[in-house]
Amino acid sequence: MTATDLGLPSLGGLDGVPTTDEKQTAKDYTSDQEVRWCPGCGDYAVLAAVRSFLPQLGLKRENVVFVSGIGCSSRFPYYLNTYGMHSIHGRAPTIATGLAVTRPDLSVFVVTGDGDALSIGGNHLIHAVRRNINMTILLFNNRIYGLTKGQYSPTSEIGKITKSTPMGSLDHPFNPLSVVLGAEASFAARTIDANRAQLTEVLTAAAAHRGTSFVEIYQDCPIFNDGAFDVIRRVGDESKQRIIPLRHGEPIRFGLEGELGVVRTDDGYGLRVAPVAEVGEDAVVVHDEHRDDPSFAFALSRLSDQDLTHTVTGIFRNVDRATYDDGARQQVRDAKASRPADLDTLLRGRDTWTVAAE
Amino acid sequence: MTIPDTTVQSTADDGSPQSNGTNGQHREVEVQQRHRVVIRFAGDSGDGMQLTGDRFTSEAAAFGNDLATQPNFPAEIRAPQGTLPGVSSFQLHFADYDILTPGDRPDVLVAMNPAALMANLADLPLGGILIANSDEFTKRNLTKVGYAANPLEDDSLSAYTVYSVQMATLAQGALAETGLSKKDAERSKNMFALGLLCWMYHRPTEGTERFLREKFARRPDLAEANILAFRAGWNYGETTEAFAVTYEVAPAKLKVGTYRQITGNTALAYGIVAAGQQSGLPVFLGSYPITPASDILHELSKHKAFGVTTFQAEDEISGIGSAIGASFGGALGVTTTSGPGVSLKSEAAGLAVALELPLLIIDVQRGGPSTGLPTKTEQSDLLQAMFGRNGESPLPIIAPRSPGDCFDAALEATRMAVVYRTPVMILSDGSLANGSEPWKVPDVDSLPHIEPGFATGPNATDESGEFWPYLRDDDTLARPWAVPGTPGLEHRIGGLEKADGKGSISYDPENHERMVRLRQAKIDGIPVPDLEIDDPDGPDNPAELLVLGWGSTYGPIGAGCRRVRGDGLSIAQAHLRHLNPFPANLGEVLRGYKTVLVPEMNLGQLSLLLRARYLVDIKSYTKVSGLPFKAEELQNVFTDALKGDLL
Repeated sequence: MTATDLGLPSLGGLDGVPTTDEKQTAKDYTSDQEVRWCPGCGDYAVLAAVRSFLPQLGLKRENVVFVSGIGCSSRFPYYLNTYGMHSIHGRAPTIATGLAVTRPDLSVFVVTGDGDALSIGGNHLIHAVRRNINMTILLFNNRIYGLTKGQYSPTSEIGKITKSTPMGSLDHPFNPLSVVLGAEASFAARTIDANRAQLTEVLTAAAAHRGTSFVEIYQDCPIFNDGAFDVIRRVGDESKQRIIPLRHGEPIRFGLEGELGVVRTDDGYGLRVAPVAEVGEDAVVVHDEHRDDPSFAFALSRLSDQDLTHTVTGIFRNVDRATYDDGARQQVRDAKASRPADLDTLLRGRDTWTVAAE
Repeated sequence: MTIPDTTVQSTADDGSPQSNGTNGQHREVEVQQRHRVVIRFAGDSGDGMQLTGDRFTSEAAAFGNDLATQPNFPAEIRAPQGTLPGVSSFQLHFADYDILTPGDRPDVLVAMNPAALMANLADLPLGGILIANSDEFTKRNLTKVGYAANPLEDDSLSAYTVYSVQMATLAQGALAETGLSKKDAERSKNMFALGLLCWMYHRPTEGTERFLREKFARRPDLAEANILAFRAGWNYGETTEAFAVTYEVAPAKLKVGTYRQITGNTALAYGIVAAGQQSGLPVFLGSYPITPASDILHELSKHKAFGVTTFQAEDEISGIGSAIGASFGGALGVTTTSGPGVSLKSEAAGLAVALELPLLIIDVQRGGPSTGLPTKTEQSDLLQAMFGRNGESPLPIIAPRSPGDCFDAALEATRMAVVYRTPVMILSDGSLANGSEPWKVPDVDSLPHIEPGFATGPNATDESGEFWPYLRDDDTLARPWAVPGTPGLEHRIGGLEKADGKGSISYDPENHERMVRLRQAKIDGIPVPDLEIDDPDGPDNPAELLVLGWGSTYGPIGAGCRRVRGDGLSIAQAHLRHLNPFPANLGEVLRGYKTVLVPEMNLGQLSLLLRARYLVDIKSYTKVSGLPFKAEELQNVFTDALKGDLL
């Protein structure tokens, strides 16, 4: 394990957060606020999954905090009976940073969308990921601006016709996984709103990871981008041929009968999809989410095409890396241990003089 | 006030270093007593002028003089050597009485090269002393700044007392046997200059020698070289016949107490540390480097032992965002910046207003708009502080008046932020940030206690047993501060309008109306001390003219008033510390004077606010040169105003 190699403290993402033996249910995590997303919105499925996943963590509910930015998905905290902050556009990672650094006893979640995280808040996203601050970021990607009623987003495909692009979008989209892996995300995963089992599995692993856990969730917007993910959301043969599910330690195979596999490109730098019958079983890459070099996970992220011909889901990368917040708290502890903090001594400094009464 | 100088004859047998190599032989030198002296060290940005000035300041402070300093340096780290844009200077005013400003014009100008001479000579009064490092007055350097001939060699400087000294050559000579490279030896010329000035003004020298040993602890050879150069400068004054006069400035009669020298940025940092200690709250600073505020970040990062966490954010927005997050979690969130950074933080500051969480926003103002003059001073962010957010978004504003006052401002702002659950803006500026003065070290036991008063249980006024995050205190209108980890108080807050009391999202028109007015009333209702007026003839016989300032102009306005009064004229002075809310008696004070004059380093921002609020015909005197007001300048303005001759 990398953790052992680097001598890192083998802490989990939830270590230090108080737990409870009391049985919790999804209802306990449900606030009294009426949920106001549009009928059929993918956010409902994610909310239901989160409400039922949180009790499984066994944490004291008062030590769970959800922070969000602006956008449809950012209403999320209102619907959970935890501490929460619905902040301003794109800045949720900054607020979560201050909270996570000062409060190691909290389990901090960020809920954001493709516009919030990748457009107006792009800078904060990559820096949170780079610093590896202990928080879990859930990015709901519906490839559209919903709350402002249907403009293209930084994950919309080129040529997309929207209210602000009547002749088609010219913007080259971000691949969110590629973005965060470029920032050396220590935990990066993708899942789909409709896949409750995988969503729960990924969220559980993300919460357990110490550092920034990034989870992209493909989410359908039935009003402004209806059916954008239908080819992979619908259970059936088509989605089987498109979704490349990652399982740690297993060869990366998919298709109706596992007839497709992920192999190295001929130049050795990347990965590609090939029929297993043509390349042989031995050529199929075995997934290793703990691989220290982020290039492997990055190559996996490049297999996902904007047109969803193939989409990789599951945990791309899950490695131990020093976290900023643990380090920052350690420095404060070290400083406190090394010298007594005496305010009078500080204020006097080294050079004082005294004016005496005459 | 005209201060007569007395001249006495004596021997210069005091203040000499024990180990100066002169075998205790002193020649007869005339010693003149001075009440105050202004020295300006000027040189290339790489010549170490700030360090030199700082050291002289420390010696003056240790000697017991009152003092005020003003560094002036370019925004470029190292502009091309020997050029006018590369000139850096440090002005020091020290005296045997309480002074208010760093001085208008230097009595002594130390010019380390032709560019420094050219850039500063205009400020030197006729008859002033010029000490020039003649080594740098080469043909090449002279040409660089447009001198056709060497001014040290023709008679163009005959109106001044000129000492032309080969500082670099002499320093190198003193270091010849140390084996130090010629370049390193040449670099110690600033210490030579310092040594010479220390001799000339009878300054003690032990402090500088100790400082140099500590500064170069890892390079004892450099420490010794600088000390040798420093002593060489001292001995040069002592032994050569060039200098016939030395000057003494007696210690000032300051209030009884223990003093130290402090800059505004250091005082702000210490005030924040003290605020953490006095409130028991961990301090979290989220900050992005920006001139002239970065030193607060640097200073606070040294004090982790006090439970201070500093976070150098990826940008200004993250600086304030992280501080808001820390405040939400029950820490004292602080963010520090300058004007352009405040612009970037505006939206998040508005969020803090809506969240009603404690937060300190520190703006060390500089010349604007845009990047403006990063290293120069201005007071042009007042309206930004007041109104620079969307919607009705009031927050308290406190402006310290002097470097030492920054400490008290930080403590007061914290108390206000915590008690009223609000972001508070502190408006410092470049001249306070980098200027220094003697500071009476406060008795730690006398510092105010700040009670966080975290919410501990449900507060609903009905039978529900719920927690209502926006249920206000009847007295302060502050809402409860319920931090995550407190069972039973789970709640959601955000930038959307909230229902009065319960705090859930509300789009109800009447509720919004009420909430906007409640937020305003909360800030308006914060009690601040009445404005004090310094009017020598008392309230029954008020002066014709009241001069009202705010922030860093306190010193020059006070010095200007002192001069006017010295001329036998009557003038009243008042200084605003609380820009929002204003003191309750302010309107009455303004209406009590025939003329109210507001000098500001902007185009009349406070005047605008006062005119709008109080319908008083405020007269405005403004300046935006990037430099503080001078005492003489304000003296003239005030005198003209008393004649009814306003600009």
